[in-house]
Amino acid sequence: MAESKTAKQIQFHVTRFNPETDAKPFIQTYAVPVLDGMTVLDGLHWIKENLDPTLVWRYSCRMGICGSCGMLINGSPTLACNTQILHLSGSAITVAPLPNFEIIRDLVPDLLSMFDKHASVQPHILRDAAELNDSKGEFYQSPEELEAYLQFTYCIKCGCCMAACPTLATDVRYLGPMPLTALERYNEDSRDEGFQVRKEIAAAHGGAFSCHYAGECSRVCPKGVDPGKAIQLLKRKLVLDYLHLASRAKTCKKLDGPGEGKLLPNMTFPARTIPG
Amino acid sequence: MSNQTKYWTWHMAAGVVLLFLLGLHMLIMHMGGTVHLFAPHGTDAVSMANSQWRDSKIFFTITYVLLLGVGLYHGLYGLRTILFELTLKPALENAVTALLVILGLGLFGLGTWAAWAAHTIVLAGGRG
Repeated sequence: MAESKTAKQIQFHVTRFNPETDAKPFIQTYAVPVLDGMTVLDGLHWIKENLDPTLVWRYSCRMGICGSCGMLINGSPTLACNTQILHLSGSAITVAPLPNFEIIRDLVPDLLSMFDKHASVQPHILRDAAELNDSKGEFYQSPEELEAYLQFTYCIKCGCCMAACPTLATDVRYLGPMPLTALERYNEDSRDEGFQVRKEIAAAHGGAFSCHYAGECSRVCPKGVDPGKAIQLLKRKLVLDYLHLASRAKTCKKLDGPGEGKLLPNMTFPARTIPG
Repeated sequence: MSNQTKYWTWHMAAGVVLLFLLGLHMLIMHMGGTVHLFAPHGTDAVSMANSQWRDSKIFFTITYVLLLGVGLYHGLYGLRTILFELTLKPALENAVTALLVILGLGLFGLGTWAAWAAHTIVLAGGRG
């Protein structure tokens, strides 16, 4: 079927708020001509360029990798650049700032609280400093060891999971899906030796056990990180550690110089596609 | 060791034990006509004769106390979790915890005394 080249008028009901002039947020409606393939971000740009230059929001890459344009679209936290308007509705959409955050202005949430919580879980490799700082050699990590935490590295810190979390909506002290996923990402990293430090953070009040597994974080995540799974894995790790049943997997070694990595047995290579 | 891990682990363990004990309770008390389990004096599980028969068995005294204990812990810890999500001040959180601990221990003590009293009374003169 050929794409439609006729623009369709879609009503954008956008939440506006300027703390310097407004007592509370209000809805402002704009009529936007939408073509097939236009994203919500495109629509906002059109509004700013043609109707209202005062509209404010965050964006950057416009390709779903920076996480800047997270907002509440038709009641669901998602990325504006990743959301095609005509996939949502043929007549009207609502655009609001991410909930569970203070609003700086219009569609711009104050994400500092999220980043402070993220920093508190020490989201970096914790290991002997001398080993880390020694430029010789590299940490050997098998594909299986990488697979254990790879999914959790896809997080782009957009804040959609934090906005969707019902526990965070009532308890601001809860760390939230993103920091806890980051914590578990490092727990599962075979190069990391920081579990004993991070478990105190994870099991404290507002940590992993405040999660009731609503699953909304995983539903809204635009990158397929599945923070709900990460938190449940974290709970399991904490409980097994408490019961002294945790596996004593060693952290990966550092290999100095070429030739010390082991070749996988029975390696097969793709067939040549050109002769010679 | 962080307390939250400990309390949560016991909460889960209590839930598992509750499933088993409540299942037993259902079979004995509410499915007597069908299953007729531990009721040697007719199908009415709550009849005086059947009740006294169970009270005379130390097995049931222990399961009563166990059911009371795991039920109280699981329920009160769950209640504490829900109350804490109201974002209480730390002093109030400590007060809520203390109140629930006192309430739990008190009810457990009362229930254990009642179960043991029933057991000893029946053994003394009210054999089923």
